[in-house]
Formats: sequence, structure tokens, C-alpha cells
Amino acid sequence: MAEAETRLAPDEQAYFYQDDRDAKCPFAPPPGLRALNEKAPVTRVRIWDGSTPWLVTGHAAQRAILSDPRVSSDDKRPGFPYPNHVMAESAPHHPLTIFNADGADHTRIRRMMTRPFTRPRMEALRPSIQEFTDELIDRMLAGPKPADLVTAVSLPLPSLMICVLLGVPYADHDFFQEHAQWATRSDKTVEQQNAANAALGGYLANLLQKKMEEPAEDVLSDFAARIKDGDLTLPEAVMLSMILLIAGHETSSSMITLGTALLLDNPGQLANLREIDDTKAVANAVEEILRYLTVPQLGQRRIAAEDFEFEGAEIKAGDGIIAALPAGNWDPEAFPEPEKLDLTRKASHHVAFGWGIHQCLGQQLARIELQVVYGTLYRRVPTLRLAVDRDELDFRPADALAFGISELPVTW
Amino acid sequence: MKVVVDEEKCVAAGQCVNAAMDVFDQRDEDGIVVLLDENPPAELAEDVRNAAAICPALAIRIEE
Repeated sequence: MAEAETRLAPDEQAYFYQDDRDAKCPFAPPPGLRALNEKAPVTRVRIWDGSTPWLVTGHAAQRAILSDPRVSSDDKRPGFPYPNHVMAESAPHHPLTIFNADGADHTRIRRMMTRPFTRPRMEALRPSIQEFTDELIDRMLAGPKPADLVTAVSLPLPSLMICVLLGVPYADHDFFQEHAQWATRSDKTVEQQNAANAALGGYLANLLQKKMEEPAEDVLSDFAARIKDGDLTLPEAVMLSMILLIAGHETSSSMITLGTALLLDNPGQLANLREIDDTKAVANAVEEILRYLTVPQLGQRRIAAEDFEFEGAEIKAGDGIIAALPAGNWDPEAFPEPEKLDLTRKASHHVAFGWGIHQCLGQQLARIELQVVYGTLYRRVPTLRLAVDRDELDFRPADALAFGISELPVTW
Repeated sequence: MKVVVDEEKCVAAGQCVNAAMDVFDQRDEDGIVVLLDENPPAELAEDVRNAAAICPALAIRIEE
């Protein structure tokens, strides 16, 4: 691309999208993002590789751009705004997946994956999610104080649930949790990522082969049946299984950890949540916490498939586009006083699960896990509190794929 | 109020069921939207409008 096309206009500040969070407000999106949105809902920014994609920060603009058919998710198109060099280097080798397919290809792949994640099926899982949550809390209360909430509750709950759905033996969780974490880290090398993919891929290929011989009621058995019918190849099925396994881990886990830290920081709101005895109101609170924290913080990456004008921006075919979801969820036009955590706010139009045809496949599972945990943990452990100062918590930097805290020492 | 759904556009996110479960359901085999009531009563109108507003695939249309 010619330099003239990528140069920022003189009145535009070069903003590094990796700009970090404000240490005083660790739960808030990086202040630079909010400042950009005050200027305009769509701006040009400079990212890690020196390229200058469009950054969409406005809530309405994000919903419009993410459902615009002139915008593509194809990460092999030149100019695609990769989040980091590892993704840039690996993209040419990516098979077609639910993430990078457009239109009819996307519909075909997505429909193979949606069955186990419908709202009615997730609702039917609620009692098992409740039972397992109670068991984890019992175990935490019986163990030493302080405890790390991540290892006690946040990680085991979503990990077990995704294993049950996929038909992956939970006994192997040490193995796949270790490899799954590389997908969401920014401090990794291509070699580390490839090694993790190869290990997980080999493991899942073995399991899929077993399911072809002995199918059960689970997603991997569904995929195995499709391999037999010729609808899927083994490498495609491995990739889809890996996506589900990894996506089922970090995101819900981060929401449980961060959500707890956020609520402990807002004792008034936490007290209200503890009093709520109505699943609808708890569900509403979950939507507000999802809005507030927006775990997928790197933004949805897209590329323009043709020239078009959008919110005053002249977007050209091949221009990168990033929808910065945390900024959309803190856009005062959509959520007045966005910095105020208000569990009674109507926030279901948030974009924490993305927007458009690529919106999160596992969102109903995540919601019910969060509703059960937020509705149980603080009531069962009313004296729950941080065992360290908030300043000592290790918040992940803003260039990690998923926002999170690696450890949450709590006591009661 | 008349509700129209587009099965081709639907991506089975399940948002409509969250918003108005008396009006929308999901097909068991692939999660595609099932319209239970194409003329929902007035007391459900706000929930149905919300369902249309939060459908990520813009697959729900309302004719007032």
C-alpha cells in the first residue's frame, strides 16, 4: 500500500491501540480509547505493525460496521489488521473457520456448531452448573485461607462445563488448560503458539477418532459423525473442536474473576446483588457486568471488501477495521454515565459478545454460568473479600486478547 | 404488531429467546429461530422490540 494512503491526517493523533489501562481505574477501558470516541465514533489509528486501520469506538457505529456485508473477516486479505505478529505470521496457514469465514461459508460452518449451545439446551444445564458451583464453593470453604478464586472456582467451572459439552475427559484438564492459555496471551512466540496448537490438535484428533468408533451425546461425537458422512474433514473437525475448547475456557473464567474483583470494589452494588432473589434481576446484573468489563478487549478485526463511506470516513477496499468493543460498551450515547456500575441498568444491547453474524457462539452458556456464580458465591460467602490490596492485583495489559486477572487471592 | 423472522440470516445467538421467550424459541437441531407467536399481545410488545434490537444478525423485523 502506498505511504500516502496510510499516513494519518495532520490533525489526527497517532494513537497506539495498545495504550494501557489507567492504574487508578483498572476496570475501565484504556482512557485513550474513550478520548478517541469523544472526538468521533470512527478514527484512524496506528497499530503495532505501523499500519493505520480504522478504529470504530462508537456503540451504534460498531453495530453498524459489524453487520455490514461490505466488511469481511477474511484474515488472508492483504491489509488485515492483526492484533499481533504471531497472528500475522500464522494467518496464511489458517484453515477456514467460524472466525475468518464470510457469508455462505460462515453460515455452513456456524450451523454445524450451534446445536449444543442454544438457550433451551443451556437452560437445561442450569441445575448441573448450580451443583458444580456449590461443590467448588464447598471445597474452597473447606480449604486453607486465603484461596485463589481462579483455581478454586473461576477456571474449573467453565472448564468442566465445556468438557461435558464437547465430550473431553475433564481428567486431562491440566494438559489442555496449559496449552489453551497460549491462545489468549500476547507475550508469546510463534514457536510457543505452534507447539500448543500441535499438542492440542493431536489430542483432539485422537479423541475424534475414538468418538467415530464409540459415539456419545456430545459435540465431538457430532463432529465425528460428520467426518464419517463426509461433511467435515478430520483437520476441520480438530480446528472447530479446538476453537470451542479454548473459547470455553478463558472468557467465562475471566468474567468470574474480574466480576468478583469489580463487585468487591463496589460494596453497595454487591450488597444489592446479594439481596436479589429473582433470576431475571440477576440476569440483568450479569448483562451490566458484561458491559462494564468487556473481556474481549482487543476488538473485532475486519477488512473492507469494497469502498464505502461510513460515519464521515472514506473507507477503501483493503482498509483494516477494528471495532474496539470496550469503547462501545462505555459510549455515553448508548449507556449514560458509563463509568457507573449500575446492576439495574438495562444493558442487554452491549457488545461484550461482539455483534453481527460472528457474535459469540457460547454466549448462552457463559450467561448461565455467570448467573449461577454471581447468584451463589457472594450469598454463600457473605464475608468474601480480597486477601491483598487491589493495587497488588495483576491486571492483564490492554494488548492481551482477553482482559483478566491471573490470580485473585480471597479470604472470608 | 406483526413479527417476521428471516431464518436465512439467523445465526442462532439465542438473544431473542432471552428477550421474549413466549414469542421466540430455537430449533433443536441447529438453534435457528422459531417464531411461536407472529402477532404477540400488547403486553409483550416492548420485549419483542428489544428482541429485534438485540438480534445480532438483524433477522427479526417488526411491522406495527
